[in-house]
Amino acid sequence: MKKAINLSVNGVSRTDEVEPRMLLVHYLRDVLELTGTHVGCETSLCGACTVMLDGQAVKSCTLFAVQADGSAVTTIEGLAENGKLHPVQEGFWEKHGLQCGYCTPGMIVTAAQLLERNAAPSREEICHGLDGNLCRCTGYQHIIEAVEYAAKKAGQS
Amino acid sequence: MTNNYVGKRVKRTEDPRLIRGLAHYVDDVALPGTLHVSFVRSIYAHARITNVDTSAALAAPGVVAVYTGHDVAKIGAVPCASALPDLKVPDHRVLASDKVYFVGHPIAAVVATDRYAARDAVDLVMVDYEELPVVTDVEQAAAGGPVIHESFGDNIAYKLTTGEGDIDAAFAAADRTVKQRILHNRLAPIAMEPRGVLARYFPGEEELTMWSSTQIPHLMRTQVALMIGIPENKLRVITPEVGGGFGSKLNVYAEEALLGWISMQLGKPVKWIETRRENMLATIHGRGQVGDIEVAFKNDGTLTGLRYSVFADLGAYHQLLTPAIPTLTGLMLSGAYKIPAIQMNITGCFTNKMATDAYRGAGRPEATYVVERALDLVAAELGADPAEVRRKNFPAPSEFPFHTATGLDYDSGDYEAALNKAQEIAGYAQLREEQKQGRQEGRLMGIGVSTYVEICALGPSQAMPAGGWESATVRIEPTGKVTVLTGASPHGQGQETSFAQIAADELGVDINDITVIHGDTGVVQYGIGTFGSRATAVGGTAVFVAIQKLKEKAQKIAAHMLKADASRVSFEGGKYSLEAAAAASAATGTSEPVVPVGEAPAGALPEPQTEGKSSLTIQDIALAAHLAKELPPDTEPGLSATYFFEPKNFTFPFGTHIAVVEIDHETGDIKFLRYVAVDDCGRVINPMLVDGQVHGGIVQSIGQAMYEEVVYDEQGQLVTGTLMDYAVPRAKHIPNFELDRTETPSPVNPLGVKGVGEAGTIGATPAIVGAIVDALAPFGVRHLDMPIKPENVWRIINHG
Repeated sequence: MKKAINLSVNGVSRTDEVEPRMLLVHYLRDVLELTGTHVGCETSLCGACTVMLDGQAVKSCTLFAVQADGSAVTTIEGLAENGKLHPVQEGFWEKHGLQCGYCTPGMIVTAAQLLERNAAPSREEICHGLDGNLCRCTGYQHIIEAVEYAAKKAGQS
Repeated sequence: MTNNYVGKRVKRTEDPRLIRGLAHYVDDVALPGTLHVSFVRSIYAHARITNVDTSAALAAPGVVAVYTGHDVAKIGAVPCASALPDLKVPDHRVLASDKVYFVGHPIAAVVATDRYAARDAVDLVMVDYEELPVVTDVEQAAAGGPVIHESFGDNIAYKLTTGEGDIDAAFAAADRTVKQRILHNRLAPIAMEPRGVLARYFPGEEELTMWSSTQIPHLMRTQVALMIGIPENKLRVITPEVGGGFGSKLNVYAEEALLGWISMQLGKPVKWIETRRENMLATIHGRGQVGDIEVAFKNDGTLTGLRYSVFADLGAYHQLLTPAIPTLTGLMLSGAYKIPAIQMNITGCFTNKMATDAYRGAGRPEATYVVERALDLVAAELGADPAEVRRKNFPAPSEFPFHTATGLDYDSGDYEAALNKAQEIAGYAQLREEQKQGRQEGRLMGIGVSTYVEICALGPSQAMPAGGWESATVRIEPTGKVTVLTGASPHGQGQETSFAQIAADELGVDINDITVIHGDTGVVQYGIGTFGSRATAVGGTAVFVAIQKLKEKAQKIAAHMLKADASRVSFEGGKYSLEAAAAASAATGTSEPVVPVGEAPAGALPEPQTEGKSSLTIQDIALAAHLAKELPPDTEPGLSATYFFEPKNFTFPFGTHIAVVEIDHETGDIKFLRYVAVDDCGRVINPMLVDGQVHGGIVQSIGQAMYEEVVYDEQGQLVTGTLMDYAVPRAKHIPNFELDRTETPSPVNPLGVKGVGEAGTIGATPAIVGAIVDALAPFGVRHLDMPIKPENVWRIINHG
């Protein structure tokens, strides 16, 4: 039995009928064709699927689409505004915070939310904030530097 | 050539699509009407299959087909490319039909209209098993445990002895010897993107296109074409974005052939995306050796002989390179040292587990680890400083090319320079002093040193199963845009940028005018792929030489257009000029890669105007070469060149890593105080990318040394089947890395590049383990097996 959901994704209102068991990540990827959000473990351990749900960073692989009914979702595709990169995206590019890029959208969304809560985090606070996101390529050092860059950049503007 | 880009920290050209979530990995490619595949996998490690009943699954909603082992019997075996004397090669079918050999072994493929329906129907396939005795321990497998492949009579796939020099005499004449049993924990590569395949067959055109998350698109095309019986030139393999590989996608898997075959049966696109649980069960593992290292040495610390006898846990089947991995260990047993006699004895054994194969480093981390651990043991025996024992045994820079007793010729090196630099950065003498003081106060501080050498740029074709060269085509289009087609298949390493840097400098063009294309067999000439730290040293060289060929032709056209003899025309800064001085006005400056914008003004081809000009850009010449109105006689139109580079030797990067740790008495927790790495990977194209490779490699070493191990229980059940149970390092686990470099160019290729992709996984584990062991030296500890967890450490502190 499909269920109707209404939500806002990257500022656009959406109405769809979905199976109650459809995962939010599959709704975003398969129905809305927003494939920037990735699936890395299906168990909310790797963070590749992280999106913002009403301003909170959540793992979209372990939420049902119906749980997002009435909410506002921001995905990696919604971070840049008017073609201008979000400071965290800029930081990842500037500091080589990505290699294969698969964890990157989740990592960037998590980092963006981390900076919303704490505009000037210490290295330790950054590491703590990224604890739910795995990266196998970069060894994290450049990711940490990317977040530091973004914090500094956002603080200047 | 002007170095506007090479050697500089150029931001990556691949990043704008990746950081905005606009890149396409396999699962992001959507084709209308796609069917989804899910696999029924064995729940037992060793069993006979007595019946497979697919009727309930076939009746389930959305299910289109279910294939069992008998249905796919005509598909060829999963290939093993290793050729070793008397190697036993099991017949590795794409689906098991009579017996299963490991948990996760695929038994049936369910095809349905969506991924949920396919997954549901997997549970409706009824498999009847008759359980058989299981062997998971490699030494038990060798000693005559239950036989896995009955026709072989035992579990020994091969035995091999390698090395040079009189090993028995070395041990007989030694002042001292030391021996240690060493375990190399089995690891899961864990590329963040699991494997995935999308296959689309057009019955009319008889063309099959496969999108696969692989490191070797061309080799996969050849092998899959043979397995499923389609002409190789009717199969196109595309690797869109690949989310990491680390060797796990340097393979040809059963699922790849099956997806292609199923699409041909049904005439529809079919997709399979591996789950993480499947990835842990049925994507290759790495390492998995256990053996004894023995060293003979003199009282002054001079090494005279080294013997390593090892059991290699191959798993149930050979994947592409499974048996070859331990032989790479044998090649690198001389480490960075002069050792007159070396012997390796390998016993490769089948076990009821997933196959082991190439995981970042692939046999070389094992070599470096045992050699470096051995050097620490020698130092401990002699009461000497581990750094000094290493220094004593280095070959001098003048001794290169340096021949080892493992049969290699190291290309170039200055091992002492790297050691000196690392010691200087770390403040080694002070650290030792601090350690001495600290021990009196009860502090458990340890310092580990690793002076590694690795074998990279794989490699000369004589030493490689399927060719060790790499290819490139460089083409300048009529509009002056430069297209580079590389046979390498980067999946995160950044060669779209570093190859563009090479091309931009060699051609004197803006980096934003260059596009590097890879990973599409329909577009790119045959290539080998990305693995073994080879892409830049071998593939980058192919790009470089192809450009020289292209420039030879451009020079002739330029001379013709400038109405001068070719010898009078010089090339500088992207311009062909009659006088070298004219180059002063040539294009300089480095532009950064830019985010592409959607709107662009309409362009028009310029009219080629050469009359009265004293210089022409290479882009002017490209246009003239395509219009072909003003070419020298007998000149082919167009401006492109292809080169296949065959390296004459491997390259041998090296370096020194120093780890400093402190252990918490109360909890056994291990904390990094410092981590210094001085790596020498030859000439550096992009220092930022090199740092990234080193960081990532070291963190995988931290994983192996302190967190990661694939654990099977006695029944062969995978205990570490999710990322909850298999501990991949997170941001909080890493030290602040202090990196530096020495730069010893390789004479093996004209770029002088050596390779850096695996340095971190090769050089770091012994430094980390050495540091932990050193911290625990007051408890009489001389060696600990990986992963060294706080629990093990706590037990040593509290119970000795």
